[in-house]
Amino acid sequence: MTELSQQSGLSQLSSSPPPPPVAGQAVVALDGVHRSFGTTPALAGLSFEVPERTITVLLGPNGAGKTTCTRVITGALGPDAGRVRVFGLDPTVDGAEVRRQCGIVSAKPALYDRLSGFDNLLYAAELYGLGRGQHARDRIEAASDRFGIVGALDAQVGGYSTGMKTRLALARSVLHEPDLLLYDEPTSGLDPESSHAVLELIREMTGEGNTVVMCTHLLLEAEGLADQVVMLQDGTSLVSGTPESLVRTYWPDETVLFDAEDRAALSMLADEPGVLRLEHGPDGVTAAVDRVDRVADLVAALAAAGVRVTRVDAERHSLEDLYFAVRRGSGDNRIGEVHG
Amino acid sequence: MSDVVAPPAPVAKRPGTRRPRVRETGPLQWSQVRTVARVDLKQLIQARDFWIPMALLGSLFFVVVPTILLLTVTQIDNTQVVDQISETLEVLPESTREQIKGDSPTGQSGYALAVYLFAPVAVVVPLTISTAVGAATIVGERERGTGEFLAHSPAGVREIYLGKLIASLLPGYCTTIVGFGLYSLIVNVVVGPEVGGWFFPTTQWWILMLWVIPPFLALTLSLVLRLSARVKSTAAAQQASGLVSLPLILIAYSQSTGALFGGTIVSVVIGAAAWVIAIISLDRGMRAVSRARLLGVADEQ
Repeated sequence: MTELSQQSGLSQLSSSPPPPPVAGQAVVALDGVHRSFGTTPALAGLSFEVPERTITVLLGPNGAGKTTCTRVITGALGPDAGRVRVFGLDPTVDGAEVRRQCGIVSAKPALYDRLSGFDNLLYAAELYGLGRGQHARDRIEAASDRFGIVGALDAQVGGYSTGMKTRLALARSVLHEPDLLLYDEPTSGLDPESSHAVLELIREMTGEGNTVVMCTHLLLEAEGLADQVVMLQDGTSLVSGTPESLVRTYWPDETVLFDAEDRAALSMLADEPGVLRLEHGPDGVTAAVDRVDRVADLVAALAAAGVRVTRVDAERHSLEDLYFAVRRGSGDNRIGEVHG
Repeated sequence: MSDVVAPPAPVAKRPGTRRPRVRETGPLQWSQVRTVARVDLKQLIQARDFWIPMALLGSLFFVVVPTILLLTVTQIDNTQVVDQISETLEVLPESTREQIKGDSPTGQSGYALAVYLFAPVAVVVPLTISTAVGAATIVGERERGTGEFLAHSPAGVREIYLGKLIASLLPGYCTTIVGFGLYSLIVNVVVGPEVGGWFFPTTQWWILMLWVIPPFLALTLSLVLRLSARVKSTAAAQQASGLVSLPLILIAYSQSTGALFGGTIVSVVIGAAAWVIAIISLDRGMRAVSRARLLGVADEQ
């Protein structure tokens, strides 16, 4: 009998290796996933999808369910209810196949301190089916070279700095060339310079065709890195989508702050084309415009009217603004999935 | 037409209840077992604070104590000790007494000491060492955070369990085998001249070492690893393992002594019974390890 795992059009032979992701297909799909520990729910109906070759950032405070989410994705933990598919496979059924395609860095680097860096990588190589031969050694050399730890491979990991441990854990995660990388707060404990370097490396990896799911509670990390953000709280997704689309949902209009020597004269902006509304504030007048490229015309109009402009500032909403807006629960009616 | 089987739908779990565990099936990946065992052993070798006491324990039981006792009997000619041992020999079964070699009381005492009275040594050393290793093996992964790596790896939990079992078993057993070799040498050198030449190991000792001790070791470790998977800290694992292994050491001691006194058939039967119990216990022990437990999430049955 051929056992076929079939759910919602995603079907694979359970005994065959996972297929390479098809363009546009979700590499990870969670649908109404529940998972509790004792009486404490960790995931409460979590749903989201991770498109291939993107960086999806799971953003949320401690205890939001980010780590549990990565554990459910690899099948290390099974869900109590709901559906999890990774490469179209059910990790609780085809866990070994799924895990073979995943590279993971945990919040703690999870390295063997008494072993050398090389032995740590060799252990992973063997468990992931690369063996101990020249092929494995070539991969170890390539991965450690990429993350700048070749010179430290012979030293015991117990003597590594936190940054070196993270680099070794990252090297281990890509050793077997997985399609899906799961990084749980990979910059935890790193100095800003090392954090930046690690994030750059993660960015590079998506350029090479990897799909990345990264957990963090650091908003600055997610900013500029995430192709998609899933904001978690109490085990459920508050919002998900691209950062731009989420910002657009919360702040649909472009806003520009104007100030002038004669602030009252700025009221004339209300009659200019493309200006949707004006708001007077302590720092000047904020104009909501339909397009940000209206600014040049508005400044020219003010100048033509003899208004001496002292400040023009296009407001940009950061992920941090968005995070706190969502967390404050502002605009509850807009909370949900945003496709962008 | 092939049958289509949808994967089992996740069972909704009532909060606070333990969930049934999904058992991993399929053929055992022995390469993964070897890998896990080899890495665990490599870490032990790197840990001088572990193997130096282990070597000292083996030396004490297999070399120092036997050498002193056997020299006291055979070389120092301590009449009082020889008389006491001779009296002890009187209570042994007739069949056992007939096997004792040597014409002089000194030779007979040395032979009896070497063959019959040091059996506990062969039991205590491997069980003590392996229990110490096994107690920390799974909970240690959790404490160091490396359980996360194993839980997310393609290695099966059965392979991880067996690898760790082997890595716990080998240090104790290898120490015992090496100690046994040294002990044999000492016995033959010290007592041999008194009984007409080298005589050790006897058939019963071979059976004890190769057939009786291993299943007792496996049985003890199957229990210790189950404890290691369930407790929250290495310290708790050590405490609990002590409670479990002590009665097992006593049982193993009594059975080993019985095997030595009872002859070949009794030894083989005792060993066979121990193997059956050990295999059942190992199978149950295998179920105690899960990915959730490697992660430190133990809310499964």
